[in-house]
Amino acid sequence: MKTAETLTVTTPSDREIVMTRVFNAPRRLVFDAHTKPELVKRWLLGPPGWSMPVCEIDLRVGGKYRYVWRSDSDGTEMGMGGVYREVLAPERIVTTERFDEAWYPGEGVGTLLLVERGGKTTLTNTMRYESRAARDGVLKSGMEKGVAESYDRLAELLASTT
Amino acid sequence: MNQRGLDATFAALADPTRRAILARLASGEASVAELAHPFAISQPAISKHLKVLERAGLVRRGRDAQRRPRRLVPQPLADATKWLERYRRLWVARYARLDALLDELKTKETKPGDHR
Repeated sequence: MKTAETLTVTTPSDREIVMTRVFNAPRRLVFDAHTKPELVKRWLLGPPGWSMPVCEIDLRVGGKYRYVWRSDSDGTEMGMGGVYREVLAPERIVTTERFDEAWYPGEGVGTLLLVERGGKTTLTNTMRYESRAARDGVLKSGMEKGVAESYDRLAELLASTT
Repeated sequence: MNQRGLDATFAALADPTRRAILARLASGEASVAELAHPFAISQPAISKHLKVLERAGLVRRGRDAQRRPRRLVPQPLADATKWLERYRRLWVARYARLDALLDELKTKETKPGDHR
Protein backbone atom coordinates (compact mmCIF):
# COMPACT_ATOMS: atom_id res chain seq x y z
CA MET A 1 0.00 0.00 0.00
CA LYS A 2 1.45 3.36 -0.94
CA THR A 3 1.68 6.04 1.69
CA ALA A 4 -0.25 9.27 1.30
CA GLU A 5 1.63 12.50 0.74
CA THR A 6 1.87 14.79 3.74
CA LEU A 7 -0.51 17.69 4.13
CA THR A 8 0.93 20.79 5.76
CA VAL A 9 -1.45 23.26 7.37
CA THR A 10 0.02 26.48 8.70
CA THR A 11 -1.26 29.83 9.94
CA PRO A 12 1.58 32.12 8.76
CA SER A 13 -0.26 35.28 9.80
CA ASP A 14 -3.32 36.25 11.85
CA ARG A 15 -5.56 36.20 8.83
CA GLU A 16 -4.33 33.25 6.80
CA ILE A 17 -4.50 29.49 6.57
CA VAL A 18 -2.12 27.85 4.10
CA MET A 19 -2.28 24.22 3.01
CA THR A 20 0.32 22.47 0.89
CA ARG A 21 0.12 18.97 -0.57
CA VAL A 22 1.77 17.04 -3.42
CA PHE A 23 -0.34 14.93 -5.79
CA ASN A 24 0.99 12.22 -8.04
CA ALA A 25 -0.78 13.52 -11.15
CA PRO A 26 -0.38 16.25 -13.76
CA ARG A 27 -1.82 19.57 -12.68
CA ARG A 28 -4.33 19.52 -15.53
CA LEU A 29 -6.13 16.69 -13.72
CA VAL A 30 -5.82 18.34 -10.31
CA PHE A 31 -7.29 21.48 -11.85
CA ASP A 32 -10.19 19.48 -13.34
CA ALA A 33 -10.84 17.86 -9.96
CA HIS A 34 -11.27 21.35 -8.47
CA THR A 35 -13.45 22.81 -11.20
CA LYS A 36 -15.73 20.10 -12.63
CA PRO A 37 -18.73 19.57 -10.31
CA GLU A 38 -19.02 15.83 -11.02
CA LEU A 39 -15.38 15.45 -9.90
CA VAL A 40 -15.49 17.92 -6.99
CA LYS A 41 -18.44 16.00 -5.50
CA ARG A 42 -16.31 12.87 -5.36
CA TRP A 43 -13.77 14.20 -2.87
CA LEU A 44 -14.65 17.60 -1.34
CA LEU A 45 -16.92 15.98 1.24
CA GLY A 46 -17.35 16.65 4.93
CA PRO A 47 -16.53 14.22 7.69
CA PRO A 48 -17.98 10.70 7.38
CA GLY A 49 -21.76 10.84 7.31
CA TRP A 50 -21.93 14.06 5.29
CA SER A 51 -22.85 14.14 1.60
CA MET A 52 -22.50 16.99 -0.89
CA PRO A 53 -25.88 17.33 -2.62
CA VAL A 54 -25.15 20.73 -4.21
CA CYS A 55 -22.04 21.60 -6.20
CA GLU A 56 -22.53 24.33 -8.79
CA ILE A 57 -19.62 25.93 -10.61
CA ASP A 58 -19.62 28.71 -13.19
CA LEU A 59 -15.93 28.74 -14.04
CA ARG A 60 -15.23 32.21 -15.38
CA VAL A 61 -14.12 35.49 -13.88
CA GLY A 62 -17.19 36.87 -12.11
CA GLY A 63 -18.91 33.46 -12.20
CA LYS A 64 -20.34 31.98 -9.01
CA TYR A 65 -19.91 28.68 -7.23
CA ARG A 66 -22.00 27.12 -4.51
CA TYR A 67 -21.44 24.07 -2.31
CA VAL A 68 -23.86 22.51 0.18
CA TRP A 69 -23.07 19.62 2.53
CA ARG A 70 -25.73 17.64 4.37
CA SER A 71 -25.54 15.44 7.44
CA ASP A 72 -27.12 12.07 6.63
CA SER A 73 -28.12 11.50 10.25
CA ASP A 74 -30.06 14.69 11.05
CA GLY A 75 -30.30 16.56 7.75
CA THR A 76 -28.28 19.54 8.99
CA GLU A 77 -27.05 21.54 6.03
CA MET A 78 -24.02 23.70 5.71
CA GLY A 79 -23.50 25.83 2.64
CA MET A 80 -20.88 28.12 1.24
CA GLY A 81 -20.18 29.92 -1.97
CA GLY A 82 -18.50 32.80 -3.68
CA VAL A 83 -17.26 34.28 -6.92
CA TYR A 84 -14.33 33.43 -9.20
CA ARG A 85 -11.96 36.40 -9.28
CA GLU A 86 -9.20 34.82 -11.36
CA VAL A 87 -9.25 31.69 -13.50
CA LEU A 88 -5.97 30.69 -15.12
CA ALA A 89 -6.22 27.06 -16.19
CA PRO A 90 -4.52 24.87 -15.17
CA GLU A 91 -2.45 26.75 -12.61
CA ARG A 92 -4.27 29.36 -10.61
CA ILE A 93 -7.75 30.09 -9.28
CA VAL A 94 -8.73 32.94 -6.97
CA THR A 95 -12.17 32.80 -5.35
CA THR A 96 -14.07 34.60 -2.65
CA GLU A 97 -15.69 32.41 -0.04
CA ARG A 98 -18.38 32.86 2.54
CA PHE A 99 -20.21 30.34 4.68
CA ASP A 100 -24.01 30.72 4.86
CA GLU A 101 -23.94 30.88 8.63
CA ALA A 102 -20.79 32.94 8.96
CA TRP A 103 -20.86 34.96 12.16
CA TYR A 104 -17.81 36.95 11.13
CA PRO A 105 -17.80 40.03 8.91
CA GLY A 106 -16.55 40.04 5.33
CA GLU A 107 -15.44 37.33 2.95
CA GLY A 108 -12.44 35.08 2.66
CA VAL A 109 -10.28 35.00 -0.45
CA GLY A 110 -8.83 31.66 -1.53
CA THR A 111 -5.89 31.28 -3.90
CA LEU A 112 -5.26 27.85 -5.35
CA LEU A 113 -1.85 27.48 -6.97
CA LEU A 114 -0.79 24.35 -8.88
CA VAL A 115 2.83 23.80 -9.82
CA GLU A 116 3.78 20.74 -11.88
CA ARG A 117 7.18 19.09 -11.86
CA GLY A 118 8.08 15.65 -13.15
CA GLY A 119 4.46 14.59 -13.49
CA LYS A 120 3.67 15.57 -9.87
CA THR A 121 1.68 18.57 -8.78
CA THR A 122 2.29 20.72 -5.73
CA LEU A 123 -0.90 22.34 -4.55
CA THR A 124 -0.81 25.44 -2.37
CA ASN A 125 -4.13 26.69 -1.07
CA THR A 126 -4.00 30.03 0.72
CA MET A 127 -7.10 31.33 2.47
CA ARG A 128 -6.99 34.92 3.59
CA TYR A 129 -9.72 36.41 5.77
CA GLU A 130 -10.60 39.97 6.62
CA SER A 131 -9.88 39.54 10.28
CA ARG A 132 -8.28 37.15 12.66
CA ALA A 133 -11.73 36.42 14.14
CA ALA A 134 -12.96 35.33 10.70
CA ARG A 135 -9.95 33.08 10.13
CA ASP A 136 -10.37 31.47 13.52
CA GLY A 137 -14.08 31.06 12.89
CA VAL A 138 -13.32 29.00 9.79
CA LEU A 139 -10.69 26.94 11.59
CA LYS A 140 -13.16 26.22 14.34
CA SER A 141 -16.21 25.56 12.19
CA GLY A 142 -15.10 22.70 9.93
CA MET A 143 -18.64 21.36 10.24
CA GLU A 144 -18.52 21.58 13.96
CA LYS A 145 -22.02 20.42 14.82
CA GLY A 146 -21.32 17.46 17.01
CA VAL A 147 -18.94 15.76 14.66
CA ALA A 148 -16.01 15.38 17.01
CA GLU A 149 -16.79 11.67 17.27
CA SER A 150 -16.88 11.20 13.51
CA TYR A 151 -13.47 12.83 13.26
CA ASP A 152 -12.14 10.45 15.83
CA ARG A 153 -13.55 7.49 13.89
CA LEU A 154 -11.99 8.93 10.76
CA ALA A 155 -8.64 9.20 12.50
CA GLU A 156 -8.86 5.56 13.49
CA LEU A 157 -9.77 4.59 9.95
CA LEU A 158 -6.89 6.59 8.49
CA ALA A 159 -4.48 5.14 11.02
CA SER A 160 -5.54 1.63 10.07
CA THR A 161 -5.32 2.18 6.32
CA THR A 162 -2.04 4.05 6.06
CA MET B 1 -14.20 24.43 25.31
CA ASN B 2 -16.68 27.18 24.53
CA GLN B 3 -16.57 29.69 21.69
CA ARG B 4 -15.60 32.69 23.86
CA GLY B 5 -12.75 30.81 25.47
CA LEU B 6 -11.35 29.83 22.09
CA ASP B 7 -11.66 33.36 20.75
CA ALA B 8 -9.71 34.64 23.75
CA THR B 9 -7.06 31.96 23.21
CA PHE B 10 -6.59 32.71 19.52
CA ALA B 11 -6.60 36.46 20.20
CA ALA B 12 -3.95 36.04 22.88
CA LEU B 13 -1.83 33.94 20.53
CA ALA B 14 -2.00 36.48 17.71
CA ASP B 15 0.83 38.57 19.13
CA PRO B 16 4.50 37.55 18.70
CA THR B 17 5.58 38.93 22.11
CA ARG B 18 2.82 36.98 23.84
CA ARG B 19 3.82 33.82 21.99
CA ALA B 20 7.42 34.37 23.10
CA ILE B 21 6.24 34.84 26.70
CA LEU B 22 4.33 31.57 26.52
CA ALA B 23 7.35 29.82 25.06
CA ARG B 24 9.46 31.12 27.93
CA LEU B 25 6.87 30.04 30.53
CA ALA B 26 6.71 26.59 28.97
CA SER B 27 10.18 25.98 30.42
CA GLY B 28 9.18 27.10 33.93
CA GLU B 29 7.59 29.95 35.89
CA ALA B 30 9.10 33.43 35.79
CA SER B 31 8.60 36.86 37.34
CA VAL B 32 7.65 39.93 35.31
CA ALA B 33 11.25 41.21 35.53
CA GLU B 34 12.59 37.88 34.30
CA LEU B 35 10.10 37.85 31.46
CA ALA B 36 10.90 41.43 30.44
CA HIS B 37 14.63 40.72 30.35
CA PRO B 38 14.98 39.14 26.86
CA PHE B 39 12.62 41.68 25.27
CA ALA B 40 13.41 45.25 24.31
CA ILE B 41 10.25 46.46 26.05
CA SER B 42 9.41 47.78 29.50
CA GLN B 43 8.02 45.82 32.43
CA PRO B 44 4.67 47.67 32.24
CA ALA B 45 4.39 46.61 28.60
CA ILE B 46 5.10 43.01 29.58
CA SER B 47 2.49 43.32 32.35
CA LYS B 48 -0.06 44.41 29.76
CA HIS B 49 0.66 41.34 27.63
CA LEU B 50 0.46 39.18 30.74
CA LYS B 51 -2.96 40.58 31.53
CA VAL B 52 -4.21 39.50 28.09
CA LEU B 53 -2.73 36.05 28.63
CA GLU B 54 -4.27 35.83 32.11
CA ARG B 55 -7.69 36.85 30.84
CA ALA B 56 -7.44 34.13 28.19
CA GLY B 57 -6.65 31.65 30.96
CA LEU B 58 -3.25 30.84 29.46
CA VAL B 59 -1.22 32.20 32.37
CA ARG B 60 -1.77 32.14 36.12
CA ARG B 61 0.02 33.81 39.05
CA GLY B 62 2.12 31.59 41.25
CA ARG B 63 1.98 31.48 45.06
CA ASP B 64 5.16 33.39 45.92
CA ALA B 65 3.79 36.81 47.00
CA GLN B 66 7.19 38.52 46.63
CA ARG B 67 8.17 37.54 43.10
CA ARG B 68 4.62 37.05 41.82
CA PRO B 69 5.84 34.51 39.27
CA ARG B 70 3.63 33.64 36.32
CA ARG B 71 3.15 30.14 35.07
CA LEU B 72 1.69 28.56 31.99
CA VAL B 73 -1.74 26.90 31.98
CA PRO B 74 -1.44 24.32 29.20
CA GLN B 75 -5.08 23.28 28.69
CA PRO B 76 -6.41 26.20 26.54
CA LEU B 77 -3.41 25.84 24.21
CA ALA B 78 -4.14 22.15 23.82
CA ASP B 79 -7.77 22.98 22.97
CA ALA B 80 -6.75 25.53 20.34
CA THR B 81 -4.35 23.05 18.75
CA LYS B 82 -7.15 20.52 18.62
CA TRP B 83 -9.18 22.82 16.38
CA LEU B 84 -6.31 23.17 13.93
CA GLU B 85 -5.75 19.43 14.06
CA ARG B 86 -9.43 18.75 13.38
CA TYR B 87 -9.38 21.09 10.41
CA ARG B 88 -6.26 19.33 9.15
CA ARG B 89 -7.89 15.92 9.51
CA LEU B 90 -10.84 17.03 7.38
CA TRP B 91 -8.49 18.03 4.58
CA VAL B 92 -6.28 14.95 4.98
CA ALA B 93 -9.39 12.84 4.32
CA ARG B 94 -10.48 15.02 1.40
CA TYR B 95 -7.09 14.88 -0.27
CA ALA B 96 -6.84 11.12 0.24
CA ARG B 97 -10.10 10.85 -1.75
CA LEU B 98 -8.66 13.23 -4.33
CA ASP B 99 -5.61 10.94 -4.67
CA ALA B 100 -7.91 8.03 -5.50
CA LEU B 101 -9.88 10.13 -7.96
CA LEU B 102 -6.70 11.34 -9.73
CA ASP B 103 -5.47 7.74 -10.05
CA GLU B 104 -8.76 6.87 -11.68
CA LEU B 105 -8.55 9.85 -14.07
CA LYS B 106 -4.98 8.94 -15.03
CA THR B 107 -5.99 5.35 -15.78
CA LYS B 108 -8.91 6.52 -17.92
CA GLU B 109 -6.62 8.79 -19.90
CA THR B 110 -4.02 6.14 -20.71
CA LYS B 111 -6.50 3.38 -21.60
CA PRO B 112 -7.77 4.47 -25.03
CA GLY B 113 -4.82 3.85 -27.35
CA ASP B 114 -2.56 3.10 -24.36
CA HIS B 115 0.44 4.91 -25.78
CA ARG B 116 3.46 5.63 -23.66
